Amino acid sequence: MSPRNIAAQAGKRGIMLLAICDHNSAENVAAVMKAAEASDVTVLPGMEVCSREEIHVLAIFEDLAPVLNLQSIVYEHLAGKNDPEAFGLQVVSNESDEVIGFQDRLLIGAVNLAVDEIVDTIHKLRGVAVASHIDRQSFSVISQLGFIPETLKFDALELSSNIGDEEARRRFVAYGDSTFIRNSDAHDLEDLGKNTSEYLLEYPSFREIQKAFRNLDGRLVCEA
Amino acid sequence: MDEQVSGGYASDLLSDVIANSKAGNVWVTMQVHVNIVAVAVLKELAGIIIVQGRQPSEDTLRKAREEKVAIIVSNLPAFETVGRIHSLLEGRS
Repeated sequence: MSPRNIAAQAGKRGIMLLAICDHNSAENVAAVMKAAEASDVTVLPGMEVCSREEIHVLAIFEDLAPVLNLQSIVYEHLAGKNDPEAFGLQVVSNESDEVIGFQDRLLIGAVNLAVDEIVDTIHKLRGVAVASHIDRQSFSVISQLGFIPETLKFDALELSSNIGDEEARRRFVAYGDSTFIRNSDAHDLEDLGKNTSEYLLEYPSFREIQKAFRNLDGRLVCEA
Repeated sequence: MDEQVSGGYASDLLSDVIANSKAGNVWVTMQVHVNIVAVAVLKELAGIIIVQGRQPSEDTLRKAREEKVAIIVSNLPAFETVGRIHSLLEGRS
């Protein structure tokens, strides 16, 4: 999944908005943004943070600076060293797909911050916080906490490809007022675009999807 | 903890505790999030034992006081904590 391959594959599959959300890190985000510059794919900087409770939270921002800020905070609260034999090499690449380094930290681990703090931090940095794959049996806010507390203000709840819309409506009827979105959560090129949401926007951008999450000014996430 | 302890349940997934614990169980966990109190009330658990010396957050303690849910912190890891409680419970029957 190199930056150029991601940009090319996304373009091929007609994906117009792509958020790069690596686990506990954002070091490859800029490279993908650059690699996609000449294409029709708008790349948004992001990260998937794993909280102390082992809840995955997607953070998406308008530009690079806030995601790198989040990265510093995450790194500060992330213990352990990666074991390349067990977990593979954590490659840092540039926009020409050249390996420029390796990340040593244990990115697969959990950040020593509560999910509430993480969502707060994302909002302070003016990003959107999405509860990852809430239907999954692991790493979802519901599997870990049983339910989403009132005080935890996610901007959207994500459904994985494992659950259909009908079933999701039934299972999550308690969260009927929330915005639900689908994302591919692609860990390889084949998966890019396998699970998506359509948005009604003026043009593909962070601010437009932020409005769509809030159902503001006619922007919205299209019903399945 | 004045409650009658009916047994115990050890899990860090609240969804699992909601599905599988029994009323009167003492719950052993390393989760400190405020939701643990709601789960204990929902399932009528005898109380919560937090392991590894982890500290419940302020809002968790506040909620526990409001709901009258007993929270105990053990400095031992989960395995040893469960072992000791299990022996205690077996011993008394």
